[in-house]
Amino acid sequence: MRLIKLWIAAIMLVGSSIAGAADGVAILNAQCSDCHNLTGPAPATLQELWSRKGPDLFYAGNKYKAAWLEAWLQKPVRIRPAGMFFADHVKPGADGDEIDAATLTAHPALFAPESNAVTAALMALKGNPDLITGGAYTQGNLSLSSGEMLFDKFKGCLACHEIEPGYGGLSGPEVFTAAQRLQEDWLVSFLRNPHAWDPMVFMPNKHLNDADIRKIIDYFRLLSEEVAQ
Amino acid sequence: MKIIKVIVTELCVASLLLVWSMEAPAVEKAADNYRTYCTQCHGLQGNGKGINVRDMSVQPRDHSDAQEMSARSDDDIFKVIKEGGVAINKSVLMPPWGDVLSDEEIHGLVAHLREMCQCSYGK
Repeated sequence: MRLIKLWIAAIMLVGSSIAGAADGVAILNAQCSDCHNLTGPAPATLQELWSRKGPDLFYAGNKYKAAWLEAWLQKPVRIRPAGMFFADHVKPGADGDEIDAATLTAHPALFAPESNAVTAALMALKGNPDLITGGAYTQGNLSLSSGEMLFDKFKGCLACHEIEPGYGGLSGPEVFTAAQRLQEDWLVSFLRNPHAWDPMVFMPNKHLNDADIRKIIDYFRLLSEEVAQ
Repeated sequence: MKIIKVIVTELCVASLLLVWSMEAPAVEKAADNYRTYCTQCHGLQGNGKGINVRDMSVQPRDHSDAQEMSARSDDDIFKVIKEGGVAINKSVLMPPWGDVLSDEEIHGLVAHLREMCQCSYGK
């Protein structure tokens, strides 16, 4: 009798998990596809780049961490201070260009069950698998100064990315949440060649070597820990 | 037999053209490339006051300043866009754009910058 109960419970669990994934796909297609590219390819012209309203998601399962996705979808906060394409959200000001907040729109929030289902559906989107090498990142010794010097000074990445709220560049995504948000193996691949993932993106290829990439990813983790404190 | 050969040849040519058209990256207009890759630091108006300058240790060049811009040759401007500031002993904050812009597009940007400053090398 106990065996039958277990068997029924297992069937229900599998059933609910399949149903959840199916709901997630339906939600993605109905509510997300207007702003996010779910099928690829990435923009190949500037017009396509400019018209992109949200990050491409056709490789979401290779890029994001599921736990972060599920939490963020319930309480979305802006990651790119100047929106997806900065030039559409900037205006000249007295002291130089400034963000035109009136042009930015908030991401809708989902309830927990929807968020769970959408996360499952997103994690199944595994575009560009040939660009990912499993285990490419191995955790190094935590050396704040090493990654910090690279990111902030020697490679100039700070120019476009905030390393803490209110400090750094504004055209790119913040990096103080990158460690919670992004899979390390994806970061290795993207930092090595951003244009392999996003051919027109306005992030330069800094030709980082493997050791520099690892130090920068370690630095992201430290930044996340500092912000969390 | 001759008809088959003609058809096969035409199919081969069509395939080659298709592959070429799929792989050839678009040549974008200089003003559009400037808006996309340069204004984040050099500003919408090219005055060196883009949204990223707030915490920069070295301020970006003012592309509307004829005096500053006329001090650089076209070759230097081409090189700094393609290879970054370090290539001409300037700031690392000016990144290399040679991986996303073709030589033709960079030459277009050099011409665009000359229009913006209304200047040429030494004048």
